[in-house]
Amino acid sequence: MSSHAENGPPGGAQPMPGNPPQPGPGPTDEELARMSREDLVVLGAKMDGVEVVYSELVEPGSTAERRAERQVAAAFTGAGLAALAFMVIFVAWPWEVETAGGGFDLSTLYTPLLGLMMGLAITLVGIGVVLWAKKLMPYEVAVQERHEGASPEIERQTTAATLVDIGNSTGIARRSIIKRSLGFGGAMLGLMAIFPLGGLIKKPGTALFETPWEPGMRLLTLNGLPIRPDDMRPGALQTVFPPVEGGTRSADGVAMLIRLLPQQVTDYRAREGQEDFRWNDFVAYSKICTHAGCPVSLYEQETARILCPCHQSQFDAIDGARSIFGPASRSLPQLAVEVDDDGYFVAKSDFIEPIGPAFWERSS
Amino acid sequence: MTISTAPKPATRAGRTASALDERLTISAPLRRTLNKVFPDHWSFLLGEIALYSFIILLLTGTYLTFFFDSSMQEIIYDGSYTPLRGIEMSRAYATTLDISFDVRGGLLIRQIHHWAALLFIASIVVHLMRTFFTGAFRKPREANWLVGVGLLVLGLLEGVFGYSLTDDLLSGTGLRIINAIFLSIPVIGSWLSFAIFGGEFPGTVIIGRFYILHVLLIPGILLALIAVHLLLVVKNKHTQYPGPGRTEENVVGKRMFPVFAAKSTGFFLVVFGILAALGGLVQINPIWLYGPYDPSQVSAGSQPDWYIGFLDGSTRLFPAWDLYLFGYNIPPLFWPTIVLPGLLFTLLALYPFIEAKLTKDRAHHNLLQRPRDVPVRTAIGAMALSFYTVLWISGGNDLIADKFNISLNAMTWIGRIGLVVLPPIAYWVAYRMCLGLQIGDREVLEHGVETGIIRRLPHGEFIEIHQPLGKVDAHGHGSLQYGGAPVPKKMNHIGGMGRAIKGFFTPIEEPPARPAISAEPEKQGELTGSGRPKDPEA
Repeated sequence: MSSHAENGPPGGAQPMPGNPPQPGPGPTDEELARMSREDLVVLGAKMDGVEVVYSELVEPGSTAERRAERQVAAAFTGAGLAALAFMVIFVAWPWEVETAGGGFDLSTLYTPLLGLMMGLAITLVGIGVVLWAKKLMPYEVAVQERHEGASPEIERQTTAATLVDIGNSTGIARRSIIKRSLGFGGAMLGLMAIFPLGGLIKKPGTALFETPWEPGMRLLTLNGLPIRPDDMRPGALQTVFPPVEGGTRSADGVAMLIRLLPQQVTDYRAREGQEDFRWNDFVAYSKICTHAGCPVSLYEQETARILCPCHQSQFDAIDGARSIFGPASRSLPQLAVEVDDDGYFVAKSDFIEPIGPAFWERSS
Repeated sequence: MTISTAPKPATRAGRTASALDERLTISAPLRRTLNKVFPDHWSFLLGEIALYSFIILLLTGTYLTFFFDSSMQEIIYDGSYTPLRGIEMSRAYATTLDISFDVRGGLLIRQIHHWAALLFIASIVVHLMRTFFTGAFRKPREANWLVGVGLLVLGLLEGVFGYSLTDDLLSGTGLRIINAIFLSIPVIGSWLSFAIFGGEFPGTVIIGRFYILHVLLIPGILLALIAVHLLLVVKNKHTQYPGPGRTEENVVGKRMFPVFAAKSTGFFLVVFGILAALGGLVQINPIWLYGPYDPSQVSAGSQPDWYIGFLDGSTRLFPAWDLYLFGYNIPPLFWPTIVLPGLLFTLLALYPFIEAKLTKDRAHHNLLQRPRDVPVRTAIGAMALSFYTVLWISGGNDLIADKFNISLNAMTWIGRIGLVVLPPIAYWVAYRMCLGLQIGDREVLEHGVETGIIRRLPHGEFIEIHQPLGKVDAHGHGSLQYGGAPVPKKMNHIGGMGRAIKGFFTPIEEPPARPAISAEPEKQGELTGSGRPKDPEA
């Protein structure tokens, strides 16, 4: 780091043996032996390029010193007491939740009390140490030289020469066949190293274009019950799931069955080619937002607007669930529905376009 | 081995030290370390907070792994939290509930971990702002700036992976959005998403994969980068603010031991203590209220942790621009979540090199700059901050709309317009403020400190007396040059108001005797029209 480093005799508070005799300006062993501790500290600092230009210590025996001592001791004692309290609470306080989800009992206070005591204990030790450093240790202004920038020319030249020499002795510059073959081998090895990651790859195939819905599948509620038109009042929304294993956890099959208000039925505009997707005043749309995939779950019945709570995209259920505000660019895909012979809602087919967030391969 | 004539150490400690040195030759490097001088300034502690938060994250995180299981296997919950009993959920969510309710003190450690993560990123961001506005990134410290930007980006990722593990409704919604972001990447999107999630969302592996990234890979890289960051600080020595005796060739401050080390230790403990108290007293991420993840449900007001808020905001503000190239789709989600952060962090990383290129400044810099003295950089920083702030506020625009009864669509438009309009205004305002502050400093150097003493001249004019800071010329103008350091603006900055008496309730020292203010103004000499003492020679 510094040029003083090489001729450094041992320093610190204790003189140590093993000082090699050195030529130069440093003191001899005899001189060293005669030096006081203070002199040695100054000498050591000087060897490290450090000079203490100002030092002030609180007056020994003064009121201020005794007061500072008491403060530090109080902080450490308080820390010990708080830590003790933490341990007692940890072991003895009733901690097992009895009335979770509302209601108050002693266990409600368990975590706050633990945190309070742990916080107090650790903070008080910290405060004690800081007070000790600020009030009882010397206030000093020390100045250290910086040694930086480029190395001395002699170091640069010799190091550069050594490096070139190493390169020359391998003959890398002359042996082009070795250089090229090594380049080829290294490149292939590098590629080989990332190939095991290929084990992660799964072919998307048609998975993003399909959902569990199939023609004739009944629309089920969260409780697994089929729905009749009479089950819903005008303006109501029902989240529906495909009748398959794990259908209520389906991340792509979940849809909304909406019964429009009479006025909204008059205003209803279907998307082109999807005129027969609704059944009387019932429409069904994918519940997965076409923007980032959150479930669009806020429905305003007066305006028939559907809002996604994640990024505030809004869709108009009267207008084929067209995106009318926010970052979503596409309509919610519509599920074609009808009522089967038993009077329950069924899907007429799967969604005719990919549901949810868009991706490169989806063409429209 | 040479025979030493030095005296043998007399104490046990001395003999131990001697024995160690005989084996390791450690005296010189040890003394150099003890004597290393650190400059002292509160703003140098910001990075320390990040370091300490990281240590606390490692400690609490290790504890949490004793109980957490990252499996996405569905089980029926049968723990202490009665409202969720009998409900189907993943093992990841169930074990997080167990940490919160069935592990003694587990909730405390979980909450300390979360608070420490929030503080970790916050302190990195503030530390970065300090480094930026004071020019601490300039030569020879460009490499350390790059390491710092790397730490920030990895820290953000680490946080996202961490809060995605609990598999509650909020974190699962976050995972769904992350999946949509992967899907939006042109060409490889669907393949990348399927590779990471092991198939179609949600699959059964993502939490296990994020878990190993969160507890091993990223913390390992973070640890290595932090080591490099600190080693570079030691190698380059710390920068310092300009001031008396401070030059480009020295460091003025305190030696590492004992004072600096003691203060740092104390500061670590205070940071730890405050986080522990927060972890116990202030609830954070109460996952039991959200319920298990269910793709068909979401709660209103779903917000990520604060440090991802700016990306949530950019996602909300970006217009619904769908792009079709040769029949292929680039969805609007791609721009605010991949391109924007990519651009922002690239610009951030390259800033030192851009500035050096534009200013042609290739010199070594160890003295920091006051933001006012570099108006362009300060204004650029203000511009970036206002851009970031608009994005960040927009990340919670639904909450603001709700609490303040503003239309949600209006909030979106305020954000869109603000994002374009505010940064230039911030640039201009910051630039003018810098110039104004510079003028204020130079005015004091030229005309002296305002004393607050008003004097009436014989012809009735009122003037305020100014105290010059140094020698004055024939016109009463100060001759001091501005040195890049704070200029005293009030009389008590230069000791003109006496010293404060120590003691909280009662003084612990005698107040020094103060000379009575002279009642005879004519003895104070003639004043010029602007309140400066008139040079008697002139």
